[in-house]
Amino acid sequence: MTTASLLLQQLINGLSLGAMYALLALGFTLVYGILELINFAHFNVFMVGTFIAMWTLEGLGLSGQSVILHGPALIAVLAAGFAVTMVVTGVLGVGIERFVLRPLRDVKGPAAMITTIGVSYVLFNVILLFVGAGSQNFPNPMPQARFNIAGAVIELREVLIWVVAIVLMLALTFFVQSTKIGRAMRATAQDPEAARMMGVEVDRVIMTAFFLGSALAGAGGMVFGLYYNYTSFIVGFTAGLRAFTAAVLGGIGNVPGAMLGGIVIGLIEALGSQFVGASWADVVIFSILVLVLVFRPAGLLGRVAPNKS
Amino acid sequence: MPEANGPLLEFEAVNTFYGDLHVLKDVCYIIGRGEIVSLLGGNACGKSTTMKTIMGIVRPASGAVRFDGVEIQQLSTAERVRRGIAPVLEARRLFPRMTVFENLEMGAYIHKRGPEFEADVERVYARFPRVKERRNQLAGTLSGGEQQMVAIGRALMARPRMICMDEPSMGLSPLYVEQVFEIIQQINADGISIFMVEQNASMALQIAHRAYVLQTGRVVLSGTAKELRDNPAIREAYLGELQVPAPA
Repeated sequence: MTTASLLLQQLINGLSLGAMYALLALGFTLVYGILELINFAHFNVFMVGTFIAMWTLEGLGLSGQSVILHGPALIAVLAAGFAVTMVVTGVLGVGIERFVLRPLRDVKGPAAMITTIGVSYVLFNVILLFVGAGSQNFPNPMPQARFNIAGAVIELREVLIWVVAIVLMLALTFFVQSTKIGRAMRATAQDPEAARMMGVEVDRVIMTAFFLGSALAGAGGMVFGLYYNYTSFIVGFTAGLRAFTAAVLGGIGNVPGAMLGGIVIGLIEALGSQFVGASWADVVIFSILVLVLVFRPAGLLGRVAPNKS
Repeated sequence: MPEANGPLLEFEAVNTFYGDLHVLKDVCYIIGRGEIVSLLGGNACGKSTTMKTIMGIVRPASGAVRFDGVEIQQLSTAERVRRGIAPVLEARRLFPRMTVFENLEMGAYIHKRGPEFEADVERVYARFPRVKERRNQLAGTLSGGEQQMVAIGRALMARPRMICMDEPSMGLSPLYVEQVFEIIQQINADGISIFMVEQNASMALQIAHRAYVLQTGRVVLSGTAKELRDNPAIREAYLGELQVPAPA
């Protein structure tokens, strides 16, 4: 491969990774935007999502890569997989908020954040206990279709990832911009007390943010499985940390920022792996994060928050 | 409608705390239907806490808050808004990164979207042509006076029976102050009661029907606006600089 086609290939890979990180980063940013809480449970909601997706696809009759579907059957199975996974992880996120975080809502300091780390470990250990430590073969019903452009290869699964990510991000943008509850989410993020005094029930807004963020993490989990063809109890950490970095890079609390940050992190990972070395990927990612935060502390699209009195 | 002739809002021996800090001490207020009532007092005397107690942002430790004859001190903020109390907050507190129109939509949050909503928007636009001009602009980019128009419009969108205003003249140019007080009177003439916290005592006492004076959390004086205007202690404490020397 020439350097140019290598570059193109890594841009393609980077966009796929980036789409996945973006889906995951949105969950951090939605919750942070409203509660100013970094939800570390999100790492492993994503990990649980990979398992829910795996079990759902297996429940639909797939096993490993042996069943290949085409046309409407393929689309139906994938759509069902995404739908079930997103609903289950969405409900899991709402449950975490309702039963673990809400009782801590008025506790000042880092208690809630520390608790999310605890919840993350609980999810991690529950999966470890019931599934075991080994990698699981993730079912993939997609045919091995490949498209060549200028020496680079795009696989069908990558097209799928882009389509899913774009559809979900457009849906989220529409939801946040144009629905009543979406407007209430934005208002609450900008001034929670004033939003309350407009009659917004802030608990509902918070639950909505957790549902949406966790559902997107579930979608990200299924994307992860379809992309890598495996999952295990440990996949939440690397992906979660990179997605969290993406959210901070884009400007945490900022929805377009999370999307941009995800794509940027994906591209950095792919290009860094190719041209610096795969084992250096995280070094490159976090060095860039540090540099961005030194020169733009609010992130790429973030605003410097005005002091709330 | 319970007690159609009783007061619209009533505080009965309300005590409110922030942690250990006793902010409101046995406070009693009455806001009658159709009245403009002003609350005067210096800094940190409990004026904003009064507003927060009305809106349900803080709950009183004891005492009763009645709206339209019903005790509301245990109700959620949203429920109070639905019953007809709308706020115009200190320093406007618009949603800065939402458009002016979206801010109006937030004001109507408790109502269903429909022809009535459209009519409400048109009424706000008719009252505030500037708000109409700026409707697609982000609220944070407006001048202070324009923001105050939007804040009042936003409160009207809730179709309130009473508007609680926290320092409506704060940070506005004298021209806008004049305008805001005129608008308050117009709104009141439409049958909406006004409870207004205000530093600008001389202006407040010009438009209010009655007023209360709050000092370190206690009501120390109350009466009709005229009585307070004529009270030497008030003239000295609150109207001092604005007093016109009597002709010799």
